[in-house]
Amino acid sequence: MAFRLELREQTPVWFNIVLPLSAVLATLLLCSGLVALAGANVFHAYSELFLSAVSSRFNLVETFVKASPLIFTGLAVAVAFRAKFWNIGAEGQLLSGAMAAAYIGGIESLPSFSLVLLMIAASALAGAGWALLPAILRTRFKVDDVVTTLLLNFVMFYVMTALLDGPWKDPLSGYPDSPDIRMDAEFPILLRATRLHLGVLLSLLAAPMIWWLIRRTTLGFSISAVGENPSASAYGGIPITRVLIYTALISGGLAGLAGAGEVGGLHFQVMAGISPGYGYTGIVIAMLARLNPIGVVPAALFFAVVVTGAEAMSRATGVPVFLADVIQGTALVTMLIAQLFTTYRIRTLTTQG
Amino acid sequence: MEEIISQIFQVGFFTAMIRIATPFVFATIGELFAERSGVLNLGIEGIMLFGAMTGFSTAYFSNSLWLGILAAMLTGMMMATLMGFLTVSLGLSQHVSGIGITLLSTGFAFFFYRLIFGQPSTLPNIKAFEPVSVPFLKEIPWIGPVLFEQTALTYLAFALVPLAAFLLHQTPWGLNLRTVGENPHAADSAGVSVSAMRYQGLLISGALMGIAGAFLVMVQFNAFTFGVISGRGWICIALVVFGQWGPWKSAAGALLFALIDALQLRLQASSVIELPYQVFLMMPFVLTIVTMTLVSRNARAPSALLIPFRKEER
Repeated sequence: MAFRLELREQTPVWFNIVLPLSAVLATLLLCSGLVALAGANVFHAYSELFLSAVSSRFNLVETFVKASPLIFTGLAVAVAFRAKFWNIGAEGQLLSGAMAAAYIGGIESLPSFSLVLLMIAASALAGAGWALLPAILRTRFKVDDVVTTLLLNFVMFYVMTALLDGPWKDPLSGYPDSPDIRMDAEFPILLRATRLHLGVLLSLLAAPMIWWLIRRTTLGFSISAVGENPSASAYGGIPITRVLIYTALISGGLAGLAGAGEVGGLHFQVMAGISPGYGYTGIVIAMLARLNPIGVVPAALFFAVVVTGAEAMSRATGVPVFLADVIQGTALVTMLIAQLFTTYRIRTLTTQG
Repeated sequence: MEEIISQIFQVGFFTAMIRIATPFVFATIGELFAERSGVLNLGIEGIMLFGAMTGFSTAYFSNSLWLGILAAMLTGMMMATLMGFLTVSLGLSQHVSGIGITLLSTGFAFFFYRLIFGQPSTLPNIKAFEPVSVPFLKEIPWIGPVLFEQTALTYLAFALVPLAAFLLHQTPWGLNLRTVGENPHAADSAGVSVSAMRYQGLLISGALMGIAGAFLVMVQFNAFTFGVISGRGWICIALVVFGQWGPWKSAAGALLFALIDALQLRLQASSVIELPYQVFLMMPFVLTIVTMTLVSRNARAPSALLIPFRKEER
């Protein structure tokens, strides 16, 4: 029996669900080898990994809280990758947004009612601004966006830590943390006795909004068109440069909002460890969602479970907590392979000339 | 001002510069081979880290630094093979595959390091490579101590540059590799296997990136930390562009970069300029972006870079 790859004309809708699920299953199967290598029972480790997140009402809500920044960075990457603007910089844009939010939230002279709104707006602007730079470098100077967005993550991280070590350091804290934001700048809690804050709701609302933008607006159409076929888009009269700039602004703005949620809803300050790589996880999430904004939500929830569950698993079984990182990398690779089935179908050729 | 300059530009400064340049030369020349064959290997950052980790662990347990180097090479080649499977065999996006390889390699490095060493209170370390003086040559004033009292790996790195130039430009193999990166269909018509050449380019890149990572833990730091690479791999991607995809120019870029890096270390230590140390750490990244901006407009990448090759499509 022989196989042949054939180009597929259209992809069935159920692929959007089946492909990520198969990628996740394959990932868990592959990673079970590492769990066994670490000397743990695979079922025990995986049940710790996944069940702690849903074991109580509090933990379930907490999963959504953890997913919120991931939804934002996932959306940021999904929008950017649609235009083939390779924004690997959601990490730096998130930091930039977090700093903007913490700065606004600490200004004494601002009226109380405006604080939260201003923090949200400032974080989006700061994230967008930090994404604008690589977009301009790409459109004006043809500088590869992958490299610049990656390098800018490091630049922003050092800017942040320099400020936290120096002028912005909380004098009352022994750590390089910024001072706490004002009490009335803290995001409202939406569910009593939990940490479900306004930022979580915003991230859940952002997903359908971005879906609407991509599917129902001219700009969204242009974003996808520029990504799929830039020369045809240019021929069709789409202003590619402008579309790329808008894409970068939207993408960076979304990543910046992730920072606002973390500052306004959770930490109430900026510290060096404010993002344990949310920007990079966003890439995996966007790919798993097949760049579909709605799909970003379940993908982000999945990784929120994995990232939180990994600590419970590590405590209970001794498997290194970094299994979560291996799962992320493996999921990205398996999803990439699974994507092949959207462009190709495998046809088995029966044996005859 | 003059005092600062004389304080900084001493023999020790240039010796340090050559040492700092070494991993950049290895990884940049590695990346160059992959890119000349038409594959952008963004796995570089993760491969360097994973190579550093396996190299360190092997050296730690075997007490043999060279065995560690071998382990790092093999690690790099293993991850490069996976990169080849994704981008060459399956023709998937080189950007996303490369990021995937970096994330996966990073995860592996963290996971296995924790599995092997746990969370020790003092960082496990090894006895680092000692400098090897070259007889007679080391006697030359200035140049001697700067160039000829380095570790064996540094000599290897600098021998690699003419070797790479020779392989790429003077041998039939190099011609094939470059043709595959410029015009794979022509290479294919001439009977050259595009995928075989691309796998070879990637394997070389992985091996050299592995060594680059291992150098950092075996010469520069003598211990493995999670942040040991911290962006060095990404800078090598920029150095290839800066070097216009040529071994000599890329190595020159690595030297120039090492000069900046050595300078920021000196300034940081000398406290002549009162700035937070993060500003110095940031400098290489900012300067890399600035340089990329200056050279990218006229940069001419291999024509088939990023484009998967499928025989039946033209």
